[in-house]
Amino acid sequence: MCLAIPALIKSINGQQAGVDIEGVTRDISLQLTPEAKVGDYVLLHTGYAISVIDAAEAEETLELLKELSEAGT
Amino acid sequence: MTEIEIFMKFVEEYRDPELGKKLLDRIHKRSRKPARLMEFCGGHTVAIFKHGLRQLLPPSIEMLSGPGCPVCVTASADLDKAIALGHLPDVIITSFGDMVRVPGSRSSLQKAKAEGADVRIVYSAQDALTIAHENPEKSVVFIGIGFETTAPTIAASILQAEHEKLKNYYVLSLHKVCPPIMKAILDLGEVNLNGIICPGHVSVIIGSHPYQFLADDYKIACAVSGFEPLDILLAVDRLVEQIESGQPGVEIAYRRGVKPEGNRAALSLMETVFEIGEANWRGIGVVPESGLQIKSQYEKYDAGKNFKIDPGPTHEPKGCICGSILRGVSTPLECKLFRETCTPEHPVGPCMVSAEGSCAAYYQYGSNK
Amino acid sequence: MNDDRILLAHGSGGKLMHDLIQSFLPDLANPILDKLDDSAVFEVSGRLAFTTDSYTVNPIFFPGGDIGKLSVCGTVNDLAMSGARPLYLSLAFIIEEGLPVTDLKKILTSIREAADEAGVKIVTGDTKVVNQGNADKLFINTAGVGAVPEGVDISAANAKPGDKIILNGNIGDHGIAVLSQREGLKFHTPVPSDCAPLNGLVADMLSAAAGIHSLRDPTRGGLATTLNDFAEQSKVGIRLEEDKIPVAKAVLAACELLGFDPLYIANEGKLVAAVAPEDADKTLASMKSNKYGAGSVIIGEAVAEHAGQVIMKTSLGASRIVDMPVGELLPRIC
Repeated sequence: MCLAIPALIKSINGQQAGVDIEGVTRDISLQLTPEAKVGDYVLLHTGYAISVIDAAEAEETLELLKELSEAGT
Repeated sequence: MTEIEIFMKFVEEYRDPELGKKLLDRIHKRSRKPARLMEFCGGHTVAIFKHGLRQLLPPSIEMLSGPGCPVCVTASADLDKAIALGHLPDVIITSFGDMVRVPGSRSSLQKAKAEGADVRIVYSAQDALTIAHENPEKSVVFIGIGFETTAPTIAASILQAEHEKLKNYYVLSLHKVCPPIMKAILDLGEVNLNGIICPGHVSVIIGSHPYQFLADDYKIACAVSGFEPLDILLAVDRLVEQIESGQPGVEIAYRRGVKPEGNRAALSLMETVFEIGEANWRGIGVVPESGLQIKSQYEKYDAGKNFKIDPGPTHEPKGCICGSILRGVSTPLECKLFRETCTPEHPVGPCMVSAEGSCAAYYQYGSNK
Repeated sequence: MNDDRILLAHGSGGKLMHDLIQSFLPDLANPILDKLDDSAVFEVSGRLAFTTDSYTVNPIFFPGGDIGKLSVCGTVNDLAMSGARPLYLSLAFIIEEGLPVTDLKKILTSIREAADEAGVKIVTGDTKVVNQGNADKLFINTAGVGAVPEGVDISAANAKPGDKIILNGNIGDHGIAVLSQREGLKFHTPVPSDCAPLNGLVADMLSAAAGIHSLRDPTRGGLATTLNDFAEQSKVGIRLEEDKIPVAKAVLAACELLGFDPLYIANEGKLVAAVAPEDADKTLASMKSNKYGAGSVIIGEAVAEHAGQVIMKTSLGASRIVDMPVGELLPRIC
């Protein structure tokens, strides 16, 4: 369950933020992620950011995927 | 208006077909012991079918779908309450699109709408708040479905209503929580699992610690998975590793979204507004400590406490085996109604209506496996 | 005449209605319409194509178009899909009382512009006004007549195994543009509706090659529905390649946001063709040099196996069935 899509925060106004998802823009709530900043990517679920995406972890996961794929048996 | 960023950042990279094929190769080489895996997340059900992952995995791996679809597990009696509310004068029902076609005992929200009920589909609880502001003379009832991913957003909406002194906003809380149902399914003893693909976005909220009992007490391998094909393959790979080594644990394969401690702010919002109670799971029955009820401090927002309704007697459709499908005991292919009387156009049970239900997935994406 | 809003009296046949129609005429002027006879009389030789559609889109204005443009393009396209040269349209309005006259004027301008681009004339019409609540602002019906050139036999039932399936560009634009304006959703998308008249594109295709077996515009129900129609009516299987199907980034993003699959979203400026394999390249080339075909691409082919079914190869190499959509597309959280 739970469709959530990465969205880029472009602006913040109190507990609301303007986000951009590949050109699609919408106003959303940061009530669940008060630490989010402009420039962060958040996971957006039903108009609320549910977490700030950890870019470093994202990179590491990709590295792990590449390693596992090269590793063979 | 705004610049277009790198194409689908944090999504596209996890769809790389070359990496995917290599990862599948690796899984094929390493998986020896039988690995019966269950996913507990409708989003995973859909992703697995959509990308045809079952066909691509080795025969040692069996994939089962559990009760991960909050729509599918909503009891008829609860849906009947929502429909009854819709028929009250001066009530606007706001609901996520998912629920609108689900059949209750006699009707559905969509049918109620055709009969004159004011039923509006919203994308966000915030949109329901807006409707409440714009219609002060009516009562706006939000049908609260979803697991721990969605519940905090509904809690936030209630707190926002309080802050904005909104007097006509109500929530019918049908929210449920995951770890208790996972335990309940295992305790039924109907399925013998080697591994569990843990829900992705529920875990963003609750973290990975709540699943520890599955590894410790039930000796089942666990991996929290994301939703792109590479995410799911990575989780399967991690589970195979755990199963092959005989060392079940709880791993987070979806590290860009999930931290072990979860989202503290979201959990706090949930705890402020909701308390745990029993919940009625379609096909499973009443499961203690598995649902969220609005606390008495916020009862003025609780639709269950503020309206007198008569939902009528509950009636489950004959021949529908959604219950055993939800428990992972049967597949849609074993249901006599599947594709005959129960189709997406005329769904009998919720597993066919919900976009994430097993039956809808089997029907839509065509599976004989 | 009340300059602000349409009243019931505007539909009742008296002076107000007469004045209203007179105010429309300059927008649509042509010798047949200007006669204002009860029926339009004209000559056509050879086979006729005839179609009708009613337009009830909500909201009536959306990025990239409005209900007026849609009502012309939709009917023109239906005629074009039979290979016909669209000639004449009828235009009937059912107006909800209270509609601002300026809105109606804007819509008429759109109608004129679309008709001019398509090269069709609006030759007869009707206007009714109904009580508030009985029509969602404005409903339009258009019927259209076109001439089918000799030797042209295009039908969804004519696809043959081996035919290449060709699409003229990005899918999902129109549906997303309309949805973005709906209450309860409201998001901004930079992608406008693709609403466009395709008769010019079809004419180019027909002059380039003879092997065009089937044509259809994937409107409601999207590409998936149209391909299923071809598969069922022609009794062929269709194999698609997911990687070849073009979708604008913003449309993909909006679909992810709302839980939709672009394969099921409506298009109003797209066509799908089943073309004999020896003519595929020529057809594709002619499409690419047309304004509405720049993004044309071969997305799959018709096969003898699994007749009636559409199967898509995903980027990972698995196959899955692409079935018809069911009912209304509803945004979902799960």
